[in-house]
Amino acid sequence: MEETTLNNNILAKLSDKFGEKVTGVSEPYGLLTFATTKDVIINVLSFLKNDLSFNFLTDITAVHYPGKDHGIAVVYHLHNMVEKVRIRIKVFISEQNPTIPTATTVWKGANWMERETYDFFGVKFEGHPDLRRILNMDDLGVHPMLKQYPLEDPNRVDKKDEFFGR
Amino acid sequence: MNHNHPVFTDNDPQSELVTLNLGPTHPATHGVFQNVLQLDGERIVSGVSTIGYIHRAFEKIAEHRPFYQITPLTDRLNYCSSPINNMGWHMTVEKLLNIQMPKRVDYLRVIIMELSRIADHIICNTIIGQDTGATTTFLYLFQFREHIYEIFEEVCGARLTTNIGRIGGFERDFNDIAFAKIDKFLKEFPKALKEFENLLTRNRIFIDRTAGVAEVTKETALEYSWTGPLLRATGVDYDVRVSDPYSSYQDFDFEVPVGTSGDIYDRYLVRNEEMWQSVRIIEQALVKLKTEPKGIFHADVPEFYLPPKQEVYNNMEALIYHFKIVMGEIDAPKAEVYHAVEGGNGELGFYLINDGGRTPYRLHFRRPSFINYQMFAPMSEGMLLSDAIINMSSMNIIAGELDA
Repeated sequence: MEETTLNNNILAKLSDKFGEKVTGVSEPYGLLTFATTKDVIINVLSFLKNDLSFNFLTDITAVHYPGKDHGIAVVYHLHNMVEKVRIRIKVFISEQNPTIPTATTVWKGANWMERETYDFFGVKFEGHPDLRRILNMDDLGVHPMLKQYPLEDPNRVDKKDEFFGR
Repeated sequence: MNHNHPVFTDNDPQSELVTLNLGPTHPATHGVFQNVLQLDGERIVSGVSTIGYIHRAFEKIAEHRPFYQITPLTDRLNYCSSPINNMGWHMTVEKLLNIQMPKRVDYLRVIIMELSRIADHIICNTIIGQDTGATTTFLYLFQFREHIYEIFEEVCGARLTTNIGRIGGFERDFNDIAFAKIDKFLKEFPKALKEFENLLTRNRIFIDRTAGVAEVTKETALEYSWTGPLLRATGVDYDVRVSDPYSSYQDFDFEVPVGTSGDIYDRYLVRNEEMWQSVRIIEQALVKLKTEPKGIFHADVPEFYLPPKQEVYNNMEALIYHFKIVMGEIDAPKAEVYHAVEGGNGELGFYLINDGGRTPYRLHFRRPSFINYQMFAPMSEGMLLSDAIINMSSMNIIAGELDA
């Protein structure tokens, strides 16, 4: 209950500031989640950091939804350590041209998180000081967490979902 | 071919810098880390970290495994404290499925998690001793890691990569031998830890090597998303067990030690104090267990908790549930959940997206070692090489967690 009021306050302040740019609000398991666009994401992050004291960047990652208009979601988890609130921000970007401004201007710690996201999803963080692959080898050529790349031999038939009623 | 690796060429014949390839398998770094350092004498001028040598694509594999098969993958993240990873993952799934755990299971989990925290901190702190030249301390305390592994062995049958417990509780109840071993450990460990502290804490050589080395301010630590003992050593009292309690940590009375300067000595002190606090927590848990009904070691959720084999062969419902769980056919809500636990090195987070399929749609591990380590190269600049080595030890970077 308390959590919900806190989340509503945060949301009200965000909506005041960014209006229609804050969309897709939900609260799965008490964690306030909303989507925004890539042109304001850095403003949103800075606003959350400086004005709403979300001082801590927990994580940056991405999710691939193939076939959608904006098929890659870059997901930020922030944490307000004083009030003990977490928040999740999603930015849906195009799969063909996956670019988004870097968050290293807001938190230096975003550096490797963004490199990892670039490595696995091919998301290009504009303005990143050192956007290289981090875990995979440099000449891998693909971004392996994208859904089109199978884990195992695609000719294997014993693990296909259709055999299990899905 | 595009070579992005740092290549330092000696174009300048006048240059007096030496390029040193520290790693990937250097005996001083305790793990597979590569750092290409530019040295001016013994001082590091600049460094570049290259990681990923034991990357095993766990996030990709996890997208192709039913929930219960992901537990062994988490074992291999921070393999010095596997049970915390296992239980962190189980609690993530339980949060997704809205399973309420019985208190007794929570307390049993707390015992195991605190034992693993002690094992993790033993490794880190004894290795700091080892790297500063005090092999004795390493030998004194390291045997207690062995005793902890014996307890794990009694509970789940495995030692290092434990795969301990199940989604919904434990696979079996703790037996009397396990409790006897825990009691024995609680009796002997404080003495050894005291001895260990006597050897190092006020040791002049140790203080000279560690105090004031690799100091980090709170602001920098928060800026770089540090968590765990490293962050607490800088003076920020952030501990997931307190700020976001899971597994009934709110029932326990313990303190969160913090340092002041964030140097290696403070990290050592914070980890030592955390071991004392872990002992306290385990003692409290054992007392609390006495008031809980005996014999409960899992939640009553047959549709999610893997039934014992005996029942699968003799009981229709158990057979059905077994089949559904093994084939990944459980009815989990289509939702996304983030759950964090306090691992040995900091906030270990699991970001799980379930779309109703047999496997997670996406699972991301927030690995504290990975995020903590990015500051290693920048903070090494200007440091002596031998200080950088103990700095790395005191960061307790576990290659498995770094590279996932």
